[in-house]
Amino acid sequence: MGKNRETGETGLNAGERMKRYWAHNWQLWLMLLPGIIYIFVFCYVPMYGVQLAFRDYSFTSGITGGKWEGFKYFRQYFESPMFIPTLRNTFIIALTSIVVGFPAPIILAMIINQIRNTKWKKIVQTTVYIPYFISVVVLVSMINILFANDSGVVGNFLKAIHLVGQDINILGKESAFVPLYVLTGVWQSMGWNSIIFIAALSSVDTQLYDACKIDGANRWQTMWNIDFPAILPTIMILLILNMGNILNVGFDKVFLMQNSLNLGASQVISTYVYTVGIKSSQFSFGAAVGLFNTAINFVFLLLTNYLSKKATGTGLM
Amino acid sequence: MTKTAVKNRSVKCSSWSDRIFGAAVMILSIMIFLIIAYPLWFVVIASISNSNLVNLGKVTFWPKDIRFYGYEQILQDARIWKGYANTILYVVAGTALNMVITMPAAYALSRKDFKARNGVMFYFVFTMFFSGGLVPTYMTVSALHLISTRTILVVFVAINTYNLIIARTFIQNSIPDDLYEAAVLDGCSHFTYFMKVVLPLSKAVISVLILYYAVFHWNDYFNALIYNSKQDNAPLQIVLRDILLLNQAFASGNGGVQGGYGQSSADQVKYAVIIVSTLPILCVYPFIQKYFEKGVMIGAVKG
Repeated sequence: MGKNRETGETGLNAGERMKRYWAHNWQLWLMLLPGIIYIFVFCYVPMYGVQLAFRDYSFTSGITGGKWEGFKYFRQYFESPMFIPTLRNTFIIALTSIVVGFPAPIILAMIINQIRNTKWKKIVQTTVYIPYFISVVVLVSMINILFANDSGVVGNFLKAIHLVGQDINILGKESAFVPLYVLTGVWQSMGWNSIIFIAALSSVDTQLYDACKIDGANRWQTMWNIDFPAILPTIMILLILNMGNILNVGFDKVFLMQNSLNLGASQVISTYVYTVGIKSSQFSFGAAVGLFNTAINFVFLLLTNYLSKKATGTGLM
Repeated sequence: MTKTAVKNRSVKCSSWSDRIFGAAVMILSIMIFLIIAYPLWFVVIASISNSNLVNLGKVTFWPKDIRFYGYEQILQDARIWKGYANTILYVVAGTALNMVITMPAAYALSRKDFKARNGVMFYFVFTMFFSGGLVPTYMTVSALHLISTRTILVVFVAINTYNLIIARTFIQNSIPDDLYEAAVLDGCSHFTYFMKVVLPLSKAVISVLILYYAVFHWNDYFNALIYNSKQDNAPLQIVLRDILLLNQAFASGNGGVQGGYGQSSADQVKYAVIIVSTLPILCVYPFIQKYFEKGVMIGAVKG
């Protein structure tokens, strides 16, 4: 291949080579062009605009024309009383989401895989995928209605079984925010995330099951010794991917679940950027906080990638 | 003799434990089913029951004192229909634009003889991990004079890198190279090959991506919140937030938008709104289920 290319190209000068290249490839470049332009305008131009974090914003001279201030806005964030709470809340929500949310679909997939009645299996599978298609706005309003202080189903149920004496205000409790956020997240995405594990389980060689049966293993032992090792590589890859995204706490759901009573636990970096950067128009300060978040994410990604490369030999880059 | 005895016992023993195991699986699966399905079912029955009974906790498994007050209110509410119309526009136009940009790019990136492909791929993938952040993006959109226009709600996120990877992987793995060589011998250009061979053979991945993009646009709320402040352009999800969340007892920020509903029936209206806004997706759900399973699988085989 390499040799072929060489012989094909010797004897041609640079201009002719260029001509040939374009004759063969201009259509491919044209097909890529809309995507390249879009990404340039809406991703790379904002990246260039990140220098706003180091400048004063001035309406007349635009994003890049303000006075250079260095790390002033970063220092302002680090010294502000919101620095520790937003960082802590972001980390707590992200870590709890992974610790609780990651194993759930794996367990679900193994349970579904063990259901022998095909019809029931189909019904369970179809049902658990549905919540994924519900929008965040609808999900949060369902939470607000079902957990409402005086009339919610959950409160009524807890009262009916005498677990609590009177009305409990779950939505207004700071300590209830993280569990509520994480568990409803599991409720919504567990089914969807289990698809990949179910598929991995269905491709296990059936001879292994027969061999296991002959050895006298029961179903529990079969599950642990055949099923689990079979999906372990999939589990590892998804774990790495998830860890690299750890601080990307979704803005939408946190923002919609916020109320004045739980703000102490629910103000995360991304919602803070929105509050100061867009709503109160402190553009430079907002840009600095946002850049700080991106930087942490990036460090996390590189770190996870490095560790996973060392431990398992697989990595993204 | 002893051997068979041992074997018999172990078979018997394992069948006992297997029966317990089977029962445990059954119980767990029923519990999971109830936890997922009950909230959904509850919203349905609460939307057609007497709100007072619902609030007292008297409605549990079947609707009681059936009435359609909530739905009647919605039918008269112009905001919802306006939001519906806007959302349909954004879903149709946005998804069409997504596909027109994603598929050709995916094809170009799937050509192994296209030497720039790794560089271009990096150009796309880099944006998955690094971004300018919310404020600089907002300033860019603002500099383009696109704030509060319908255009930005159609155009924003015109190409999703993850979906691009899915499409590229599919084209690369499931369309044999022999076809390309034969087409080139017949004098086919990239354009004709793409239109006549690649697109017809990519129906599976095209339906998956249409589904992903359409669901994204249907449920998108973030972009409308940030980049649009005109009530006229508001998609359904923004209208839903006004009705469902800002009407809350402790509304966050904006100071509740009173929808004009009486308090006693406000909840029934909310349940009905949830049903009406989620129904389209739930209706097509049975038809698309096999496609999204396929989509997850294609996405899993990263190229």
